[in-house]
Amino acid sequence: MAEAQLAVRDVHGWYGESHILHGMSFEVNAGEVVTLLGRNGAGKTTTMRAIMGMLANRKGSITYEGQELIRLKSDRIARHGIAYCPEERGIFSSLNVWENLMLPPVVKSGGLALDKIYQLFPNLEERSSSQGTKLSGGEQQMLAIARILRTGAKLLLLDEPTEGLAPVIVQQIGNTIRMLREQGFTMLLVEQNFHFAATVADRHYVVEHGRVIDMIPNSALAANREKLQTYLGV
Amino acid sequence: MFELLGVSPQALFGQLLLGLINGAFYALLSLGLAVIFGLMNVINFTHGAQYMMGAFASWMLLNYLGVPYWGALVLAPILVALTGVVIERLFISRLYHLDHLYGLLLTFGLALVTEGLFRREYGISGLPYANPLPGGINLGFMFLPWYRAWVVAISLVVCFGTWFMIEKTQLGSYLRAATERPDLVQAFGINVPRMITLTYGFGVGLAALAGVLAAPIYSVNPVMGANLIIVVFAVVVIGGMGSIMGSIVTGFGLGVIEGLTKVFYPEASNTVIFVIMAIVLMVRPQGLFGTPK
Repeated sequence: MAEAQLAVRDVHGWYGESHILHGMSFEVNAGEVVTLLGRNGAGKTTTMRAIMGMLANRKGSITYEGQELIRLKSDRIARHGIAYCPEERGIFSSLNVWENLMLPPVVKSGGLALDKIYQLFPNLEERSSSQGTKLSGGEQQMLAIARILRTGAKLLLLDEPTEGLAPVIVQQIGNTIRMLREQGFTMLLVEQNFHFAATVADRHYVVEHGRVIDMIPNSALAANREKLQTYLGV
Repeated sequence: MFELLGVSPQALFGQLLLGLINGAFYALLSLGLAVIFGLMNVINFTHGAQYMMGAFASWMLLNYLGVPYWGALVLAPILVALTGVVIERLFISRLYHLDHLYGLLLTFGLALVTEGLFRREYGISGLPYANPLPGGINLGFMFLPWYRAWVVAISLVVCFGTWFMIEKTQLGSYLRAATERPDLVQAFGINVPRMITLTYGFGVGLAALAGVLAAPIYSVNPVMGANLIIVVFAVVVIGGMGSIMGSIVTGFGLGVIEGLTKVFYPEASNTVIFVIMAIVLMVRPQGLFGTPK
């Protein structure tokens, strides 16, 4: 089998004194949509921050297209073609919608053109001169996803993109993720809502206490429903 | 000609012009402080010393190397900005993870050291710097010296140019975004530490530019910045910490108010800015243009 596009191996991570990641290991292949499922505090967001270089204290190995990232600063990691959409969305209040959209620099060729992005999210064009944080929660989420599609990044890290959103918007984000998958984007998703995860992902990693404890292909999700419910405590 | 409350128009417009000149310096200096504070959360107490270094740099360029005023206008801010870049890399960058107070103490200490070194070398009596634009024009109601008109004009251009760069350009959007979430801006692929270093250099360069402009008006003197910077900090507080437009408008506005006070109630002219500061802090603690935290 060819080498995975993203390989996370035995990663340990700390916030100050607290040891959050305890040997996190998993792989994401090119063009796959993979989720990290798990309870609150299991280390899913911390894993994303470790990949992105936003966790100061991290050890182990994270390779992207065969290149080691673990010692790079986050701006260098982004230049490899990895983009991050944080859980809190990170829309800047001192920037309008247009400036928020244009903020991330293009790091590789092959990003989505602006008209394509507006086709996906027409609201962003209508509200381009509004203050970023004046948008509704759903629009902010769309803006947070839209701005990393421009950059040419091929691996998208999406942290809880559906959290707190109305069902119709969740559906729209689901459609977007499926469309991006068809276009060849690779996505790593953190999700609490595994009903949503089941509609978009190829595989699921179950995270507990800062490590992966199980991997379930999406096709086997139904058969593993009971096991998953014990894992997630739902 | 008309008189207002027994004040001659010559005196009135003369003081208005002086107020505008002072306002131009307040605006340039508080603008640099605002740019630095906005991005770095560092209250740059070295600012007054860097203003003084700008004036000295232009004096040294003229007297040691024969570079005239117009050359110094470009060179001196760049040279002083470079010292700022070194200071940021060597010292200030090590303090970002600590409380504000450490940055304040460090820059205050650096100001004392710098001023001490210049005082040891040049004394405090002041060095003359010839006016590069002698003469002026009689406007009928007042005499307008060319050099003073130039100082007001150039500082308006630089202030609004800086405002435009920060509020309306892509580079400015990086700066504004990094003020809110530097970690996220860096994760988008922007080298934020380098941007911070250059921003500090730019703010320092603004202070040095004010120093070059001041050299022909005030004598070039090691304590010239220490005297001015206290008023400038009051301007920053009134305008709102870190607000770009706030520092420009407040800088010019307070210069004019101070000038008018000299005409109508000279006894209060040294304190009027601090009285305004006290009132603003009571009514609107975040400053006139600041946003509450």
